[in-house]
Amino acid sequence: MKTSRQVTLVFSLILLGCLAASVVLLRRVDRMRAGTSLEEVLYISSPKALKKMSLGYDGLLADIYWTRAVQYFGSRHHEGAQHFDLLAPLLEITTTLDPHLLVAYEYGANFLAPKPPNGGGMPGRAIQLEEFGIRNNPNEWRLYYNEGFIRYMELKDYAGASDVFARGSKVPNAHPFLAILAGKMAEHAGDQQMARMMWSTTYQTTKDTTVRANAAAHLRALQVDEDVTNLEALAGRFEKQTGHFPSGFSELQAAGWLRGTPLDPLGHTYKLIGDGRVEVREPDDLPFIQKGTPPGYVAPSAPRFLPAD
Amino acid sequence: MSARNRIWHIASNTFREAVRDRVLYNLIVFALLMSGASILVGQISIDIERLVVINLGLTAVSLFGMVIAIFIGIGLVSKEIEKRTLYTVLSRPVRRWEFIVGKFFGLAGTLAVNTFFMAVGVFVSLLYVSHHFQKQDGWVLVALYFIILQFLIVTALTLLFSSFSSPLLSAVFAFSIFVIGSFAEDLRGFAGITHGITRWLATGAAYMVPNFSALNVISSVAHAQPVSGQLILYNSAYALIYATMAISGAVLVFERRNLK
Repeated sequence: MKTSRQVTLVFSLILLGCLAASVVLLRRVDRMRAGTSLEEVLYISSPKALKKMSLGYDGLLADIYWTRAVQYFGSRHHEGAQHFDLLAPLLEITTTLDPHLLVAYEYGANFLAPKPPNGGGMPGRAIQLEEFGIRNNPNEWRLYYNEGFIRYMELKDYAGASDVFARGSKVPNAHPFLAILAGKMAEHAGDQQMARMMWSTTYQTTKDTTVRANAAAHLRALQVDEDVTNLEALAGRFEKQTGHFPSGFSELQAAGWLRGTPLDPLGHTYKLIGDGRVEVREPDDLPFIQKGTPPGYVAPSAPRFLPAD
Repeated sequence: MSARNRIWHIASNTFREAVRDRVLYNLIVFALLMSGASILVGQISIDIERLVVINLGLTAVSLFGMVIAIFIGIGLVSKEIEKRTLYTVLSRPVRRWEFIVGKFFGLAGTLAVNTFFMAVGVFVSLLYVSHHFQKQDGWVLVALYFIILQFLIVTALTLLFSSFSSPLLSAVFAFSIFVIGSFAEDLRGFAGITHGITRWLATGAAYMVPNFSALNVISSVAHAQPVSGQLILYNSAYALIYATMAISGAVLVFERRNLK
């Protein structure tokens, strides 16, 4: 009995020791192979072959590939990568396996379209993906909206965007904004106004908190760009009239050119620099802004969304 | 004792034996899989929690059941011969066909009970990720029903194979039929583009193998797409006819088998 207990104890310790040692060794091997990323491998690249091999369980396989696409994009985006070579094939496989997986079209196209590091810089592939989605789900107005959005935002293709918004507006239960967007695109409304309209529509119609946060950040950025343009124009006019730039907003207020101290969308005051430039106080909290950043400012690779969004 | 009672006794003994063999332990693995997936997927993917619970849950129900049907089914007859318990059974007033039919119902019952508990797991996970049930979740029940129909066919086929071959070969045959049956619609497509004798052979093979693809509606119910009443009716009739056909074949072979 005593011997039996000793054997149990010894072999339990050996088992646990080997388990711990194997984990330690595996971690070392992982560190050694850090450069050779296993993520960059698609063992089977043909979506049709994969669909056949799934033996009818293609729904689960599509979910796995979608998760893989999200993980791939997330990790590459986090690294600030300039290339997303596997993203389009992963999305193609996902949507071939499950052509009704709407989330893959909605997010996938938005992963593909923007320029790196915010996306894959492949607006053409994003449009192909949306078109495939529309063919398989012709009554989903959001797919038309997404395609029009990409055509406008990434390619400035007004005619294409107008056309796809018009097609989407005819879908049953389509958001009424699609018809308006189609018209505005056709008449080439101002970029600022158009962009605000698009992001507002996204903000109002999405149920997803991340997409909503992204739309809110873009709307704030548009507001900052407009504010900075107006305030710098004001400072320029002041300089023309007085021969010098205002030293601060208080000087503009004292001259009756401003009613109060202007605030950015986060409630911070803008900074008026001596040469008439206007800057925001917290540029890291205002991703996507085109104006109002200090000279030489480099935005963080991954935009920071605020909890309030 | 009537034939019905004798079949009932064999079936209940088969069920008890499966439970004693710890077949239902797979439910623990299933429970871990479902709870893990429900919690994990929300963190590593986007907006597919509900889809994953349905897809993973129903796929696991189907695959676990297939494995049980094949690996228990192949031993139903051979184990009884090996342990010589078959001779005790057949020395009583039990006909060979009653033995086969009883075994079939016993394993089918085991699979139905297993599926019931797994279905409860799927719905609990669904409630966990969605916080409430939706009307369209009812279609998941139809997918589960179709999975049970698949089990009936596989169980009957496994019994047929095990009535004339070794357990290993029976498993290979049953698994091959499951794979080929998943391509049944493609087989008919291939038959359509061939000519002459090849066409006849391909068409014959396509209609001989069970059509598992028509019984798989997992993807469509995951997207809350309705399943037509006509498909439910036709699939039910098809599965019952196919299973009866395979059981009849098993009975015919077993009746003529030399058990000495």
